[in-house]
Amino acid sequence: MPDNLDCDAVVIGTGPAGATAADVLTSAGWSVMMLEKGRNHLLSLDAPFAPLGHVSNDEIKFSRRHFLGPDPFLEPRSYRRDDADGDRLFAGEVNNLPSTVGGGGFHADGKLPRFRAVDFKPRSELGPIEGADIVDWPVDYDEMEPYYAEAERLVGVAGDAAANPFAEWRSGPYPMPPGADMFGAVLTTEAASRLGYHPYRAPTGVNSVPYDGRPACNNCGFCAYYGCPIEAKGDPVAPLRNALRTGRCEIRVDSYVERVLLDASAKHARGVRYLDLDGNAHEVNARVVVVAGGAWETPRLLLRSDVANSSGLVGRYLMYHFQTFVIGQFPFRLHGHRGRSVTHLHDDHMIIDDDVLAFAREHGLPYFRGGLTEHGGGGSPVMEGIYTTPGITHTREMIDSKMRDRLWAFTVQGEDLPQITNRIDLDPSVRDVYGFAAGRATYDVHKHEVVASRYMTPRLEAIMRKAGAESTFAASSPPLEGDRAGTRSASMSRHIMGTCRMGDDPATSVVDRWQRFHDVENMVCTDSSVFPTSTGYGPTLTIVALAIRACRELAGLPKLTSTRPPQG
Amino acid sequence: MPRFLSDHEHGVVSAVADLLIPPLDAHPGGAALGVADYIDNLLAAFTFDPPLIFAGGPFSGRFGGDASFAKFMPLSPHEELAWRTRVEGSLGLPEREFNGPRRGWQEIYREGIAALGADFCTVDTDEQRSRLDAQSELRVELYMHACEGAYGAPEYGGNRDLAGWQVIAWDGDVQPRGYTDDEVSGRD
Repeated sequence: MPDNLDCDAVVIGTGPAGATAADVLTSAGWSVMMLEKGRNHLLSLDAPFAPLGHVSNDEIKFSRRHFLGPDPFLEPRSYRRDDADGDRLFAGEVNNLPSTVGGGGFHADGKLPRFRAVDFKPRSELGPIEGADIVDWPVDYDEMEPYYAEAERLVGVAGDAAANPFAEWRSGPYPMPPGADMFGAVLTTEAASRLGYHPYRAPTGVNSVPYDGRPACNNCGFCAYYGCPIEAKGDPVAPLRNALRTGRCEIRVDSYVERVLLDASAKHARGVRYLDLDGNAHEVNARVVVVAGGAWETPRLLLRSDVANSSGLVGRYLMYHFQTFVIGQFPFRLHGHRGRSVTHLHDDHMIIDDDVLAFAREHGLPYFRGGLTEHGGGGSPVMEGIYTTPGITHTREMIDSKMRDRLWAFTVQGEDLPQITNRIDLDPSVRDVYGFAAGRATYDVHKHEVVASRYMTPRLEAIMRKAGAESTFAASSPPLEGDRAGTRSASMSRHIMGTCRMGDDPATSVVDRWQRFHDVENMVCTDSSVFPTSTGYGPTLTIVALAIRACRELAGLPKLTSTRPPQG
Repeated sequence: MPRFLSDHEHGVVSAVADLLIPPLDAHPGGAALGVADYIDNLLAAFTFDPPLIFAGGPFSGRFGGDASFAKFMPLSPHEELAWRTRVEGSLGLPEREFNGPRRGWQEIYREGIAALGADFCTVDTDEQRSRLDAQSELRVELYMHACEGAYGAPEYGGNRDLAGWQVIAWDGDVQPRGYTDDEVSGRD
């Protein structure tokens, strides 16, 4: 390595996107330095890279005190719907994903579905919708299949290949069989089947049997927003530990990347500058810069650095999933706190049939798609208490537990159309603890999401009642005020996408089909910023699969291929 | 002995905790659940070393494994800044006011409790409710903290004798035992 270089690649962020990049690049013999702005609660950075034991079933620590970061006091974010709302509606906690070694993988409950072929070609196969910029991805399912299979092996996904009739072809089975069905899901899947839907056991990145040196899940129930105390979840431990074991990966924590540094040509990155906890600046010089801060922090860094934005599209096309919640309250206890938070899904609301088309046309749309529907339960008692009315009725309501132990929920991760006006930019006055401008979301819903949600809601309530719920109600994220996003609360979705969209034309996209920035030849983005559309599936497996593909190309490793098994 | 609250203030917080989370039949209310001790631990968090902000892990010992929750974790300098600001307020210190001044819980509690009146614990509950409703800032903060103290892990100072969890039939932190597949999938 030339004397002026510190490493082959500097990777910004240690979530699934950065961890996968580090795994692939170190396996190709590259030296990698990972910079993480948060703390390390995941694994020792010294061999044998054992768990640190910081993760626990502690609702106060994880749900109330921002243990995994970002602390909204230190790193506030702001939200508004459009310019007419002024500089912001509020600042504080907006779409926070963990800011810690492991990033968003740390707290996710690990539902890891693949996309379907149509999700990569929505413009060609479904067509445009006015007010949105629906485009095809510069990659298709057949090309992605071997990378999906590799991602499933890397993370360790438990699932049933035959269970989902809408699933795309697979070159092989899941690495593990599914884990235990949650009791509530047994009820709702049976009801859904009787009503003609097609629920299936969720592909889940949680061990159902010992895998990759880590134990099987013991169903403690503290999945979403916690982190696994026994390492039964592979994302993000597996790729990080792989990278560390090569001896070619260094992780620097509490290291806040201030900016990307370009050379005199302005087309080549020479590295990054980061601040340590004392505010001292350090430069890392590298052959390649991998940006993996997530679809909120990545555009914030690029805008602050004023790089890679000749298209003017950095930060644009911000997408979430429009979440429709249908809640059922049952006359008996469902113990939804036991198990993997969500154990079943159905894809039916992403299928466009005659009823959908009729409803769409009635509302002025050519079509719509909802999203993956999660059958889940859970909830924890501090949150239940806070949502229960204080005073005379409180204790009785907590004992009855209609809002936790007798509650079951459908959560639809509805497709959110890409709109150029939805974006991340820099707040004009709110600052983070380092003194830099906070990221700001400017976001409003498209009619598509609202209509899809209104179509699905009564259908999901019917399933819930069929399953035995004595009452149902619905809500959404973002909450709506009329046909617009609400003013009091931003989207609660942690699925953040878009903001550096991938495409072949440098005028209409930020990165190319290999996730290299059009403007900076030796810089790639491996996070969900690159998604051109949001689909209705959780993003993580596709982030990992794309990162494997992009980083193999970057390192000159052969493309992965797979064979479609004969049908029948 | 409370550390931040005076004995009188501790008594007022307990009385308010019982208004918000009342006893019912044999079930204890917020006072008996130790909500005031939880809140005192939070307000006095930085009189402990490490401060009582993040309990340790991975296990409490209640379902096996070594008991480690009570060994609180050291804070990073930034975490200390954030939590001191929440607890103590920004106090005019520039490093705490990069987005403006902020009132701390210590001030909110001290002023709010004083405003409830020196005789708060001796008036009837209708009068207590009426006075509490007039102190909305205190009421909002105290209710969130009361829920944390009643239904959170006891290592933070509340949930006395685990009664907060027993009332609502919640097992709490079940690692490393977890649940069997039958306990997940079957009807109880």
